[in-house]
Amino acid sequence: MIPVLGLVAGIVLGIVLDVTVPASLQPYLPIAVVAAMDALLGALRATLEGVFDDRVFVVSFVANVLLAMLIVFVGDLLGVGTQLTTAVVVVLGIRIFTNAASIRRLLLGA
Amino acid sequence: MPSQPTTAEARARLRRALSLRRGPGQAVAAVLLGILGFLLAIQLTDATDVLARASRADLVAILSGLDTRADQLEAELARLEQARSDLLAGAGDTEAALADAQARLDTFGILAGTVAAEGPGVSVRIVDPKGSVGAVALLGAVQELRDAGAEALQIRGGPDRVVRVVASTPFADVPSGGVSVGDVALSPPYTVQAIGDPDTLQTALRIPGGAVASIGSAGATVDVRPSDRLLVDALHEVTDPTYARPAPPPESS
Repeated sequence: MIPVLGLVAGIVLGIVLDVTVPASLQPYLPIAVVAAMDALLGALRATLEGVFDDRVFVVSFVANVLLAMLIVFVGDLLGVGTQLTTAVVVVLGIRIFTNAASIRRLLLGA
Repeated sequence: MPSQPTTAEARARLRRALSLRRGPGQAVAAVLLGILGFLLAIQLTDATDVLARASRADLVAILSGLDTRADQLEAELARLEQARSDLLAGAGDTEAALADAQARLDTFGILAGTVAAEGPGVSVRIVDPKGSVGAVALLGAVQELRDAGAEALQIRGGPDRVVRVVASTPFADVPSGGVSVGDVALSPPYTVQAIGDPDTLQTALRIPGGAVASIGSAGATVDVRPSDRLLVDALHEVTDPTYARPAPPPESS
């Protein structure tokens, strides 16, 4: 329950504070969000499977986000930022779908 | 890989995770989810400006598209300006044709006597106290003036009696005295006003045995006066021809 409250609090903060994203970070923010969602779904799946470990969650969350941003950053340096962004989003999207499917099977048995 | 848990186990774990149980894992998850929510919110509120978030490649593509569009619009502009200048030139042609038609209308109007005319010419005053000048003498004078190139003619004979002389104007003697010109009865003194080259007209009138000489020998006095600016303002009313019709142009072989 507390994590859900944290999510709601974060959304409210983000809307209320009206933070402007620095231009240099703008290409990486969407990737970071997608990576975080991937880590979140992985954590939910682990919870349902009874193997959730908070240390693993923290590490995978931070690592996922940083790695995704780093890949896009390197891609920008190499001039293939757009393509690598697409690649990262595709890979993360596949993982999100896989995790969501597992969660669905665990909760609904189908 | 642990053995797949059953649905009931999974639901129980979800319920337990959603309960208000305190624990270090819950707190950490809450912080991370809070960060996720924060990022999500600012990304969503910031997503309004498409150009600001577009990558360099996208911007180049957009710029290229705009360049292409600008080129197309410039071509369109050139085409429309060309059309505009064409139309203006066409309007100029129309104006020239209109001016030409107007000039011909003026010419024909002067010839037919339907418009007033002005210009240099001569004024011939014939004082005839004995009534010796008849239609033939007057017509002779008119013919002399026409031969000399008079372009517009009118004859004044008495107050408010003035007749424009055109090709079809008849001259006739009136038995009670005076001359009928174009069905208007004129009485002496007559004044013939003719527009043309004043010198030529005077010379034509004064040749030996000409109009001035014959009228003078009949007992009347003739006074020829050149003028730089004469006004021939009597008008001739044109009636539509009853019988004559324009003939078809001859076939060109």
